[in-house]
Amino acid sequence: MSTPRVISRGATTSSELDSDYKWGFTIDIETDLAPKGLSEDIVRLISDKKEEPEWMLEWRLKAFRHWVKLDQEEPKWAQIHHPPIDFQDIHYYAAPGSKKGGPKSLDEVDPEILEAFEKLGIPLAEREKLAGVAVDAVIDSVSVATTYQETLEKAGIIFCPISEAIKNHPDLVKKYMGSVVPYTDNFYATLNSAVFSDGSFVYIPKGVRCPIELMTYFRINQADSGQFERTLIIADEGSYVSYLEGCTAPARKKSQLHAAVVELITMDDAEIKYSTLQNWFPGDKDGNGGVYNFVTKRGKALGRNSKISWTQVETGSAITWKYPSVILQGDNSVGEFYSVALVNNHQQADTGTKMIHIGKNTKSTIMAKGISAGKASSTYRGLVKIMPSAEGARNFTQCDSLLIGDQCGAHTVPYIEVRNPTAQIEHEASTSKVSDDEVFYCQQRGISVEDAHFMIINGFCRSIFQELPFEFAMEASQLLKVSLEGAVG
Amino acid sequence: MTQALSRTDTYLPDFQALQRTAETGGQTWLREMRDNAWSSFSHLGFPTARRGNEKWKYTSVRAIAYADFSHPQDLDPDTGAGAAELKRIAPWNDDWMNLVFVDGRFSKVLSGGTGNANGARVTSLADAIRSDGELVQEYLGRYASVEDDGFTALNTAFLEDGAFIHVPDGQSTSSVVNLVYVTTGRSQPRVSYPRTLVVAGRNSRTTFVESYIGLCQEPYFTDAVTEIVAQEGSRVEHYRLLMESTQAFHVGHCLVYQAKDSEYESASFSMGAGLGRNEFEVLLDAPGASCSLNGLYLTTGTQHLDNMISIDHAKPHTKSRLLYKGILDGKSRAVFGGTVLVRKDAQKADARQTDKNLLLSDEAEIDSKPSLFIYADDVQCSHGATAGHMDDNTLFYMRSRGLDLEAASRMLIQAFAREIIDTVQLQPLRDYLDKIVLEALPTASIRLGGGS
Repeated sequence: MSTPRVISRGATTSSELDSDYKWGFTIDIETDLAPKGLSEDIVRLISDKKEEPEWMLEWRLKAFRHWVKLDQEEPKWAQIHHPPIDFQDIHYYAAPGSKKGGPKSLDEVDPEILEAFEKLGIPLAEREKLAGVAVDAVIDSVSVATTYQETLEKAGIIFCPISEAIKNHPDLVKKYMGSVVPYTDNFYATLNSAVFSDGSFVYIPKGVRCPIELMTYFRINQADSGQFERTLIIADEGSYVSYLEGCTAPARKKSQLHAAVVELITMDDAEIKYSTLQNWFPGDKDGNGGVYNFVTKRGKALGRNSKISWTQVETGSAITWKYPSVILQGDNSVGEFYSVALVNNHQQADTGTKMIHIGKNTKSTIMAKGISAGKASSTYRGLVKIMPSAEGARNFTQCDSLLIGDQCGAHTVPYIEVRNPTAQIEHEASTSKVSDDEVFYCQQRGISVEDAHFMIINGFCRSIFQELPFEFAMEASQLLKVSLEGAVG
Repeated sequence: MTQALSRTDTYLPDFQALQRTAETGGQTWLREMRDNAWSSFSHLGFPTARRGNEKWKYTSVRAIAYADFSHPQDLDPDTGAGAAELKRIAPWNDDWMNLVFVDGRFSKVLSGGTGNANGARVTSLADAIRSDGELVQEYLGRYASVEDDGFTALNTAFLEDGAFIHVPDGQSTSSVVNLVYVTTGRSQPRVSYPRTLVVAGRNSRTTFVESYIGLCQEPYFTDAVTEIVAQEGSRVEHYRLLMESTQAFHVGHCLVYQAKDSEYESASFSMGAGLGRNEFEVLLDAPGASCSLNGLYLTTGTQHLDNMISIDHAKPHTKSRLLYKGILDGKSRAVFGGTVLVRKDAQKADARQTDKNLLLSDEAEIDSKPSLFIYADDVQCSHGATAGHMDDNTLFYMRSRGLDLEAASRMLIQAFAREIIDTVQLQPLRDYLDKIVLEALPTASIRLGGGS
């Protein structure tokens, strides 16, 4: 995948912000929009639009009723601050095009949309350049295109929008949806369960190694809407899949809510590698606008010797509240979390992971790098929990923070709960700034202060970037550079 | 944030009785201070371990909140405990200045020792309030705020007696001050409110030991508050020993204020209390201030010990070192919560925070939460936490040299504990700790490894 090119935007409308965010354009497409607000009728409307079976609607309604009971009690323990969210001032459903049902082939997709994805560097046409990556493109509440369906079908792999999976593979969806993140899990997961729109569904059959990388690209386009996608990935015995996720949004004055749920399940000997490049609109220099990224991501390593690996590069969003976690249930299962979280200007990130060790000889590794610049605040918050049954469990955690400038904050809040004496837990963390000596050394060799900083920061993140697929790693490095512009030098 | 458990009325009759009768109550400022603390307590109540209450996340105080503790006024502090018994159990040295408090009140009869205050004032707090009212008033409650902590508010509402150490500028207490707070079995279930105030003047030196001892097997509650003011260039050495009985509840809150170039060193040893809380809050309020806090907690049976240590780097060029170690056995549970806060503009802060735990039984649980909150960029801050059992290879090595498993494991556990004991600079206290800590170290339930 190529690096997103700089795009010259058209005239900014009054609802857009002037910022350096290069993915902040909007496209003018016909949109089928549900009225603002959240009620049982809206839940029914969404379910109806998606032509869902009765059991799905029932599940949504259960979630919605539970959400009402929560009485707008959002979780308050995170190190983030924002004005109260008016949950009645959001469009919970926005679909490009007025046609019922998604387009059947690329030819049916609105050329405006194709062009938009082209601009984002995610061409949807199946061609040489992107060979090797199958893309599911989601705009607002609807998946607009899924590429390489044929290649995948040959291998028996299911890769489709979740709304299709609900219709075509109800048994799998019924069995696994909510099995990792129940609808009662937390405030935002409950909200998502009631109003979730599109997202991806992946099933890798027994013994299959997915031949190409799968990718979902999320795009918020509609103003005043929220995106509530839901992704479910199941890797059956002995299978492997590498899944990538990317996201951007227009630069709008008003903050937009993104509350996703991702569930991963691995059977015996299976492996899922999940990589995220999160580049939602971060708001402008003064902290106006930006996406509130409140997501629940969790994997269940159900089978023996299975492995779930999360890699994330978080540069976008005004606020990130995200803890991709692994429940290590199968014996000898492995959980990994590699993260770079960069915040600049007024961004806030409270992110980390939870590793719940249940099976014997389970192993987890956590590497988190936080970079704060401007007036931003970043927090690593992570839980390592060893249950009494997790004989011989092992965890290693390292979280480092780098501070750029004296107006920002960097926090580390690990929780370690050990209930088995044979477990070995190590946690290390450090906080420092880019060393003056290192910068001086670079300057002596003719490297500018700014370049020296990028070099040092890149080195700081290297161990995480190495975990990303090649193209993603290149893009991540670029993103970092763009996000840090103006912070140093 | 702190949700109240509404069981404050239980304490009201005792509070009213105290305000009516206590002789120190004659001081208007003290009466007002207690009134203010009481209204704060009745508003705050006891904290609950609810989600979102990070300070009490792993410790529930329901058992304290739902018990009916009383604080009778008519107990004679001089007859509650035997002098010989005390000397046997408590840390004691005849060369020290030993102050004994029985059920919260100073006992002149039991106190003693040949130690010399050398210009410093070492006395009971009740005496100090009577004779040095202005000095006490200036510092008492200055750093132990009643606004956000229910237990501190409760202690302050019942403020009556305790210890007072004042070292004038440039002086030093040439001998060690030993404060022994004893709870006896009279009139159960009872609560006492020990209060300690230490004011170290400019360039002064002082060393004191503070221990909490239970002489009964019935449940009781100790709600202790210690305030330490370390003025410019002073040095305070503080040892805190928690040896309450296994049925006891203990909530201890120690607040330390540090001025320019002051040094604070503490070592805390927690062995006793069925449910114990050991909280330190250190404020490094001027450049050059440094602190070093070491701690050892040993838990067994169904004990629950919670250590909560917060260090606030409020000004530039401040330094903190923190090393806590835990040895857990039986079905016990220990908690470590460490917070290092580096405020904006507190550049060149240097902080290290470490918590290490040894788990000896299948059913013990450790919850460790060492956090860093950093708002300045030019800092060196790190923290680490470990949990695990004894290293099998080391045990095997020792056994292959002819040591049996028990002796080998005992040696390893002792070595683990000794790192903290060795930070104690007072020889008599170190000898005492050697004895009681090593006695308290568990050996019984060591896992006899087959594969391990």
